[in-house]
Order: sequence, then structure tokens, then C-alpha cells
Amino acid sequence: MSIRFRHSLLQYAGRALLLSLLAGTASLRAQPGVRLGLIYGEGGKRPGIFVLPVAGAAGDSLRTIVMRDLDFGDRVTVLPKMTALPSPAGTAPIDYAAAARLGINGVVQLSLVAGGVNIVLYDVAAKQVLQRKTTSLPGGPGSGTWRLAAHGVSDLSEEWITGERGIAASRLAYVADGRIWLIDSDGANPVAITSSARALSPNFHPNGQSVVYATLEPAGSALYVTDLHGSSRRVVPPSGLNISPIFTPDGAGIAYAHGDDFGTELYVVGAGGGASRRISIGRGSDNTSPTFSPDGRRIAFTSGRSGRPDVYIADQDGTNADVLAALSSSDQAYRSSPDWSPDGRAIVFQSQLGGRFQSMMITLRDRAVKQLTTEGANEDPAWAPDARHVVVSSTRTGARQLWVLDTETGRARQLTAAGGARLAAWSPRLVR
Amino acid sequence: MPRRHVGAALVLISLGLGACKKKQVEVAPVPTSPTTAPAIDDAAARRAREAFVRDSIARANAAAAASASAAEAANLRAILEAPVLFEYDASDVTDDARAGLDAKLPILRTNAALRIRISGHTDARGSDEYNLALGLRRAASTRKYLSDRGIAVTRIDIVSFGEERPAATGDDDAAFAKNRRAEFEILSGADALQVPPK
Repeated sequence: MSIRFRHSLLQYAGRALLLSLLAGTASLRAQPGVRLGLIYGEGGKRPGIFVLPVAGAAGDSLRTIVMRDLDFGDRVTVLPKMTALPSPAGTAPIDYAAAARLGINGVVQLSLVAGGVNIVLYDVAAKQVLQRKTTSLPGGPGSGTWRLAAHGVSDLSEEWITGERGIAASRLAYVADGRIWLIDSDGANPVAITSSARALSPNFHPNGQSVVYATLEPAGSALYVTDLHGSSRRVVPPSGLNISPIFTPDGAGIAYAHGDDFGTELYVVGAGGGASRRISIGRGSDNTSPTFSPDGRRIAFTSGRSGRPDVYIADQDGTNADVLAALSSSDQAYRSSPDWSPDGRAIVFQSQLGGRFQSMMITLRDRAVKQLTTEGANEDPAWAPDARHVVVSSTRTGARQLWVLDTETGRARQLTAAGGARLAAWSPRLVR
Repeated sequence: MPRRHVGAALVLISLGLGACKKKQVEVAPVPTSPTTAPAIDDAAARRAREAFVRDSIARANAAAAASASAAEAANLRAILEAPVLFEYDASDVTDDARAGLDAKLPILRTNAALRIRISGHTDARGSDEYNLALGLRRAASTRKYLSDRGIAVTRIDIVSFGEERPAATGDDDAAFAKNRRAEFEILSGADALQVPPK
């Protein structure tokens, strides 16, 4: 955990005092005299960050990726590539005065070295190096592993700058053309990992290395677990309905909805298959789309127990079930598809408004509901690992596409380019 | 498997047995053997044999008449496979659906070897995942309507495709109405369909 300083606060409190307080915290692993977090900001303004040109054949690719990742993170303002930061005079590594005049609070310097990259973050106000680290860039430039490591550089830089680690080094799973696809968090490398089955509802294992999904087969639906290269095994055979699977937070089990003549209830089965155990008490109603609190003690799901679909929240054994959000208007006739945030504080879900689904967010502490979308239909929201961004399936430009929303600013960016993408899930961070 | 399935299984077994008994009575009418009694009167025995032959011929003719022509079989299949429709977010069998299902009943009763699969479908307006549960509910309520009227549950599989396989494309009420349906697929037993008796 790092701390963000306001420049005025530093002037008031005195830098030496704060440094001595910080030196005692366990998280401060940097050299003595170096703070965590950048000095910036008046009135909550985002820090201006400039990424220096990177020498070498893959240098510009790396620079482009990191700049875009920092921009997508929505926590810093990335200065354009063309920004004319003069070369420093004498021995100084950065022309700090010129940087300050250009609105730059931090400078990221990336130097390609054999098999890796040397990362340095300069604090413009403090006129010194804030952090430095050398990390590996395995695989050839532009390869999947190289790009993932480059996203890790972005996430580390964002953590140094803001105290919050980025989410660039993550992937999303989704459904298009009846197949499960993976895509990088920046929209690169979409790849189908299942053949043309009727696959639905992918969700990542907490370790990010496998995905559980459902298939609609002629005789019923089944559940499979696949690695990220498409090698899959069946965990629940086709029998009636077996849908909307999700790993339990400890990764040891899979919660899903099983339907038969008597309704559809939530069950948990071992991640490797075997006997299943019922966890919802729907008394003949339809219950689907489970999602767990991060500690695994609570569960939210869609249920038709009141006669129309709504989002319920219950203990993980199905007891103490209650409607998640009070109806704010009679228009909200249909609410479903909850996803619990990785920090446990909020749940996103979809609510039908004027005949279309919009993505909503409810803060659990005060049950305040915030509408995240208005344009087109916006379905099946799912959290990013930073508990700030959300992916939705949106028709705002016509065909259903995945869009990433920043729940704090409302900024939206399109993730997929081919039409018909839906039912997305976000992996955990894949580089630590 | 949850305990409540045991009750369902018993129902399945008893219905299945009922169907088997009925089938034996209809298909294998073994005559009481005329050879067990001593031939006291040759003329009477001959008359009995002739009567038996006449009956056999009559039965064979009746069976030939009952076995459907190609056109009749196609018609029976069309009746069996005709979808039934549902109201929005509902799985109750509507009056219109009853008429469609009632037309299937005599065909299923007459052709005891027929096995079918009912698939439940929804329009595109709900949640993709919840719609799969709704589709299954539609398939289940359709099966229940048929099984309540004597068709063994073991002859009917149910499955749901939610909104994944629309019958009609489009974002209007007409398309939505066509997509809220149960479909019927013949799995087996339709090689020599018999026309139900009037």
C-alpha cells in the first residue's frame, strides 16, 4: 500500500517528518529517502505522466503499450508522444523544470536490456528517482508472453505513480459465435479456445489459468473446464440444465445452476467434478447466475422466486436470502446477472429500464444504486480485478460488443471489434 | 441426486409399466388355443378354424389400413412437431397450446414406440442465463401436460436452449411471440406410424 501526497500537504507537514513515518511501514521496500507515490495534484487533478521514447527495435511497441495501458487505467493523464521534453543539460537525467512547465508530474523511462527492461520513475516535483526496477520481457517482441510482461510493466508503473496496481496484465473471456474467446485487456489477441459448440458463460479460476463454461448439447447442457489453450475436460455431464458456472473463491469448487422438472437451483460441485451439493432454496423457482463475495461467505444470484426475476443476496448455504436492491420505480421489472466486486464492496447487475437492460452498481455499505449505462442495451456487467472497471456487452454502436466502463468517471472504451460478443468475465491480474 | 427425484423416478417406473401392459394387450392378441380341447365335433372344429382365419385376415386388413400412407405419416409428423407458444416470462400452457398438445396426444397413444424431445425456447428480452431456466420450465410444463394425460414421462426428454436458437429474427413483438415456444423432435419409433382410430 502506498500513499499519495498532495504537494501543499508536504509543504505544510515537512517532508522529513513524513519520510520518517513512512520508513516504519512494512510496505516501504525502497531505498531510504525515496517515497512511494508521486508528488502531484492540486484539487484532485490526475498526475501528468510522460513516457520517454524507448530505444531499440521493440522500443516503440513497448512505449505504445505502456502509454495506452496507463491511459486505460483512468488514474493518470498520459502526455502525447510528441510532447517536446528537452534533453537535460549536464548530469541531470531529466530536465525537471521543463517537465514541470509541460504539466508533467512523473516521467517513466524504459530501457530495453538483454531479455528485459529497466524501468525508472522520476518524480518531477521532488527532482529525483522515485522507483526503479529491472524486469524480464520473455518471448519475442509482440508475442503473447512479451505483451503480457509489457502490460505488467504498465501495472507496476501505475502502482508506483498512484499506489494502485493497474489491470493491464489481465485477459477477458467471452462468448462469440457459440465459442469461448480470450482477449487481452487492451483488445489485442482475440483467440477462440473452444470449437464450434454452443458454449456459454465463461468464468476464470482464481489463479487465472483455467476457465469454466457451459455447453448446450442436444440432450442437455454440460459444464467444462478448459486451460487457456483450449484443452478441456467435462466436470458435469449433460442432464437437464447445467448453466452459469463460476469457481468458488478458493478455486476448489464450481457453483452453477442445475434445472430439472422441479425448477432450477444452485449447486456446488468439486472443481474436478464428482457429487454436487445444493446451495439455494428456491422451492421450485428458477435460480441462476451465482456470484460469491470474495471471502466466500455470501452469494448473490438471479431468482424468480417472487414471480419475476430479481437479484438476491444470501449466505453461501442459501439461507437468509433477501432482495439485493429495493425497486426505485415500477419500471424495473426485471433484474438479473449479478457480479460481486473483487474488493467485496459492490455488486453490478442488469436492470430492465424502458424495455432494455442497463448495467447498475450497488454499494453494499449503504445500498446506494448507481446506473452505469444509458446508451443502447448494456448487459452482463463483470468486474475487473481493480474493482473499479466493469466490462459489459453493449449495443450502443449496433451489434453487441464488449465495452469497458470506468465506474468512477463513466468513461467507456470498446474492447472487441467483431460483433456478437457477450457474457464476458475478467481474469485476475496475471502478473504480480 | 436430490431426494425428491426418488418420487419422480417411482412415477416414471409406474407410468412405464402401465404403457407396457397396454402395448402387450394391443399388439399380441394370442388366441386361446383351439387345440387344447379334444375334437368332439369335426365340423365345429373346422368352423372354429375358419372363423379364426377370417378374424386373422380381418385383423391384417385393419392393420394395413391403420398403417399410415406416406402422406398420412407426413401429416402425423407435422402434428407431432408443431411448436406451441407461450406468454412473456411465463411457462403456463395456454389455451392455444392446449389445442396443439391435444392434437399430439392420440398419435402418441396409438404409437407407443414413439419417443420425443421437447426443447424450451424464449424470446431475446431476458437475461441470457435466466432464459435457459425459463426455457426448461416451458419444456417441463409441456411434458407435464402430456404425461398428465397418460403419455409416459420416459418417452419424453426435455431440454432448453433459452434464447440461443430463435425461430424468428427481429426485435418486434411478432418475432418475440414466435420465439417463446416449445419445439418437438421425434427421437425414435416413427418408422411405421399408425393413424389413431377416429
